Amino acid sequence: MIITDVVCPFCGCLCDDLVIEVENDEIKTVRNACKLGASKFLKHKKNRKKKPIIRENGNEKEVDFDEAYDYAVKLLLNSTRCLIYGLSNTSNEAIEYAVKIAELLRGYIDNTSTVCHGPSVVSYQTVGYPSCTLGDVKNRADLIIYWGCNPLNAHPRHLSRYSLYPRGLFTERGFLDRKLIVIDVRETDTAKIATKFLRIEPNKDYELISAMRAILNGLEIKQEKIAGVRIEEIYEVIDMMKSCKFGILFFGMGLTQTYGRDRTIDNAISLVIDLNKYTKFSIMMMRGHYNVTGANQVLAWLTGFPYAVDFSRGYPRYNPGETSAVDVLARREVDSAIIVAADPISNFPRESIKHLLSIPYINIDPFYNLSARYAKIYIPTKIVGIEVEGTAYRMDNIPIRLRKVIENNELPSDEEVLKNIYERLIENEDIIEKRYCVRSAE
Amino acid sequence: MKILLKNGIVYDPLSNVKGERMDILVENGKIVEKFSSERDVKIIDCSNKVIMPGGIDIHSHIAGGKVNAGRIMRPEDHMYYIKEIEGRIHSGTGYSLPSTWLTGYLYARMGYTFVATPAMPPLSARHTHEELRSIPIIDKTAYTLFGNNWFVFKYVKEKNYEKLSAFVSFILKSVKGFAIKIVNPGGDEAWAWGGNVKSLDDTVPNFDVTPREIIEGLIRANEILNLPHSIHIHTINLGRPGNYKDTIETIRIAGKFENKKRQVMHITHIQFHSYGGTSWKDFESKSEEIVKELERYKNVTFDIGFVLFGETTTMTADGPMEYYLSRLTGLKWQNLGIEIETSPGVTPIIYRKNSPVHSIQFAIGLEIALLSNPWRYCLTTDHPNGAPFIRYPEIIAMLMFKKFRDKIISRANQAIRSRAIIESIDRELDLYEIAIITRASAAKILGLEDKIGTIKPGYDANIAVYDLNPEKIDFHSVIRAFSRAYLTIKDGEIVVKEGRIVREIYGKTFYVEPLIEEDVEKKIYEDLDYFFKRFYSVNLANYPLDTIYLTNPVKIKTETKIKEITI
Ligand code: SF4
Ligand SMILES: [Zn+2]
Repeated sequence: MIITDVVCPFCGCLCDDLVIEVENDEIKTVRNACKLGASKFLKHKKNRKKKPIIRENGNEKEVDFDEAYDYAVKLLLNSTRCLIYGLSNTSNEAIEYAVKIAELLRGYIDNTSTVCHGPSVVSYQTVGYPSCTLGDVKNRADLIIYWGCNPLNAHPRHLSRYSLYPRGLFTERGFLDRKLIVIDVRETDTAKIATKFLRIEPNKDYELISAMRAILNGLEIKQEKIAGVRIEEIYEVIDMMKSCKFGILFFGMGLTQTYGRDRTIDNAISLVIDLNKYTKFSIMMMRGHYNVTGANQVLAWLTGFPYAVDFSRGYPRYNPGETSAVDVLARREVDSAIIVAADPISNFPRESIKHLLSIPYINIDPFYNLSARYAKIYIPTKIVGIEVEGTAYRMDNIPIRLRKVIENNELPSDEEVLKNIYERLIENEDIIEKRYCVRSAE
Repeated sequence: MKILLKNGIVYDPLSNVKGERMDILVENGKIVEKFSSERDVKIIDCSNKVIMPGGIDIHSHIAGGKVNAGRIMRPEDHMYYIKEIEGRIHSGTGYSLPSTWLTGYLYARMGYTFVATPAMPPLSARHTHEELRSIPIIDKTAYTLFGNNWFVFKYVKEKNYEKLSAFVSFILKSVKGFAIKIVNPGGDEAWAWGGNVKSLDDTVPNFDVTPREIIEGLIRANEILNLPHSIHIHTINLGRPGNYKDTIETIRIAGKFENKKRQVMHITHIQFHSYGGTSWKDFESKSEEIVKELERYKNVTFDIGFVLFGETTTMTADGPMEYYLSRLTGLKWQNLGIEIETSPGVTPIIYRKNSPVHSIQFAIGLEIALLSNPWRYCLTTDHPNGAPFIRYPEIIAMLMFKKFRDKIISRANQAIRSRAIIESIDRELDLYEIAIITRASAAKILGLEDKIGTIKPGYDANIAVYDLNPEKIDFHSVIRAFSRAYLTIKDGEIVVKEGRIVREIYGKTFYVEPLIEEDVEKKIYEDLDYFFKRFYSVNLANYPLDTIYLTNPVKIKTETKIKEITI
C-alpha cells in the first residue's frame, strides 16, 4: 500500500509530502523525506518496549498498562510538587492533558523550548516578532539569511522546500531569484553555498547586530572590524538587506545561546523591525523538535504563557529562570516528575540532572531513551505521526495533522496515557483538594 | 433536568416581550411551554430579576493564531487578571487576552452564550478550531478570511463568479467556517511588499483587481451561495483620519444588491471607520455622516467596536494597520503573514483619557450607537481592539444613563467637546433596547434567529438572569448586574450562579456547508491543484479539517443551483 501526503514527525519543517510504502504493517520505503526523517520511519522499531517497566529497589519488572497508570497515580499522590517536562515530540492533544495534570497537581509544566528557543520567546515578549509563513518565503523572498544555524544538517529540506530553491509566484526562477547570506562562527555546509558568508567571532553577535542597526539608522562606524567582520562587508550586507523586496532572517541556537541570550535576540528582532522602514522583512526561529511550536501554543492558550508555567498558587504563573524546568530541578523544588517525549537526562545541566535522578519520575515516551532507563516507571507509547494521528505546529505556526501509517495495537498513545492518569487523579480529587485547597478546607 | 424560572421580568425582543412578568420553563436543554410532568422541577424565584436570552457576541477575537500570538507576546497582560482553579473549574489568566478556559467562563459570567470569532485564516483554521474546542460553555463559530486570497483575486479579475462561489464553498466546507470575512481587501497583499491600498479603486499590486471589485465579487458569491450571514467586512483605511469617506463608499456598494431576508453587508467595528480630519491634529468624529448614510442603505448592518479608556491589545487581519499603529505608539509589534491568504498583526495599545484622538474615538462609538436604530447594530468592542469584552457592562451603563456618560466625558480630553457630538445627545437606551443590541439583532444579522437569540419554546435553553429590578436602576446596579449574572443557563444546565461558575460543559460549534452542483465544484479542482502544488507550503490533502476539532458541531446547509442563476 502506498500512503501519500504523509507528514514527517521529526523536525520543525514538518514536511507533509512524504510517500510511504507499507506492506503488512511494515514500512518498506520512504520517499521525499530527508535522511533524518526517513530514518525515523524506517527505524521506528528500534529501542522500543512493549510493556511498562517499574523500577524498584534495583529491580525492574514489566507490568500491564492498568497497573502502570495506578502506580503512576500513586506516585503522584505521594508527592507534593510535580514537574511535567518535555512535550515537544508529541501531539497537541497529549499536551492538553499534560497541562490539565499540572494544573490539578499544582505543579510545574515546561517544554523543551526552555533549553533552546526560550531566549527567543522572551525577546518576542520584549519587542515583538514580525514574521510570516514558510510559503510566504517560498513565493516572495529574494533575500534569505541564516544566522547561527545550519539547516543543511539540522533541517535538511528547509532550503529546498521553503527558502532558497523552490519556485514561487514571485520567485519563478527559484534560487536564481534569491540571495543567501549566512552568518556563523564557522563555515558550515550552508555557508558554503551562500552568496555572502560572514564569519563572526564567537559570542560577538550582539555587537555585529548593533553595528548593523547603527549603519541602518544612518550612523557612521569608525572601526575597521566589528566582531571579526570587516566593516565594508557589513555595509555590503546592509545594502543587500535594504534593497531586497522581501527579506527573511532565520535564526537558530547559534544565536540564542551566545552571550547576551535574549538581549541578542531583542537586538536581532529590532534590526528586522528597523528594516521594515525600507522594505518588507521578517524573522523566524528555526525550531528543532517537530512540535515544540505546538507545545508553546497549547500552553499559551490554556495558561496564557508559552513555557515554564508554575501552578503552585492554583493559577498559572510564569517567570522563566525561576519557574523553568532546569531551575526548579536545580533548586530541588520538585519531588516527582513526568517526562513526556523528551530526554532531559542526556541534555540538562548537571545540577538539574542530579536532582531529577534523586526523585521518582514517570517517563512516557515511544522510545526507551536514557531518561527512560532511570525512571521509576517507564510507559511506552505509540509514535505520533507513525502509529497514531495528532496535531502539530510547524516552525511558522501552521497547524498540520499528522497521519498514521501503520497500526500498533499493543501500545497506547501519549494522549491516552496522560488522559488515563488525569482521569484517575480526578477520582482522587478529594485527596488533592485536601492537600492544596487550604481555603476550601477552612 | 427541569427548571422553572418563576415570575421574572422578561426582555426578549425576538418574541416582542418587553419587560413582562413571566415564567420560563426549561426541560431537557430546551425552553418548553409545559413540563412533561410536574416532578423534579427546580423552581427558582426570579421576581425582581431580569431575564434575557443568552447574550450573543457577533465579533470578538477569542481564538486562533493571532489571539495566541498576542497571549505569547504579552505576559504582562495576564497579571491583570488571574483565576484560580476551583475543583473541576479550571484556572486561567489574561485581561485583554484571556486564556481559553477563562474566556468561556468570563463570557458565561456576563450571561453570554454565543460568540463568533471573526478572522480565521483558512491555512491556520485548525489552530482556531483547536482553541475554540477548549473554550467551555459558550456556543462558537468562526468567520473565514477571503479578502486577500489569491484565488479570490483571480476569479474576481476574471469576473468568474461561478468559480468564485465554488471556491468560497470549498473553503468554508474545508475549514468549517461560518461566513465570508473581508479585512482590508487587497491591503494585506500590498503589505506583503510593505505597501497598502489607499482607496477602494487602488489596484492591488500584481493582481490587477481593486478593493471595490473584491468586495462586490464576494457579495455576489455570498448571495449566490445563500449563506446565513452576509459578508462581514472590515473595510480599508481602518483607524486613519478622514476614513469616513471610504466607509461611505463601502456602504454604497451594498446599494447594488438586494436580499429579502437579510442585509447584504455587515460593516464591523464601524467606530474605527468613522473618522474625519486630515491628520491626527484635526481628527474628528463623523458619526452623523455615517449614520445618515446608513439610514439610506437599509440593507447594511453593523457593529460598533466601542473604545474604552485603558490598556488593551489590538489584533486584526489588517497587517499594515498594525505596523502603522505600532510605529505611532513605539510598542512591540507582531506580524503574521500567511501565504496566499492574509497577513494579521498584533500590537498593544493604551487608550488615554488625556489623548484628544482616544477621547474622540470613545465618543464616536457612543454617538453611532445612540443615533441608530438598535435593530441595525450589535454591541461590540471588536474585543480586544477597543476594550476587553469583560467591560461590556460599562458600555451598557453608558448607553443607558446620560449621567454616567457625562461623568466620563468630563474627565476626557476637551477635544471631545469640540470635535465630537456626544455631549449633545440625550438619548438613553432602555433594557429592551439593550436586549436588542446584545442578543436579538445579532441573532438576526447572523441569520441564526431560528436557532439562537430568543427564549421561545423549542429553542435551546440559553438564558441569562440578572439581579436587577427595572423599577429601581442606576448605573451602579446595571454594571454590577451585567458583570455577574445571577444565573446563566446553557443548554438547560445552570452554569453560573450568582456570578460564579458552577459547572463546565461544552457548547456547540456552528459552521456552514454550502452545497453546489458537483460539476460546478469540479471546475476549480484544476486551479486548486495548481495553486497548491506551486504556491502553498502544505499539500492540498492536508488542508481540510475534520469535525473532530469541533465541540458539538452544528452544520448549517445551504443549497444552490448555480447553473440556474444568472450571474
Ligand atoms: S526536513 Fe525535517 S520534517 Fe522534512 S523530512 Fe527532513 S526531518 Fe522530516
Ligand atoms: Zn475584529
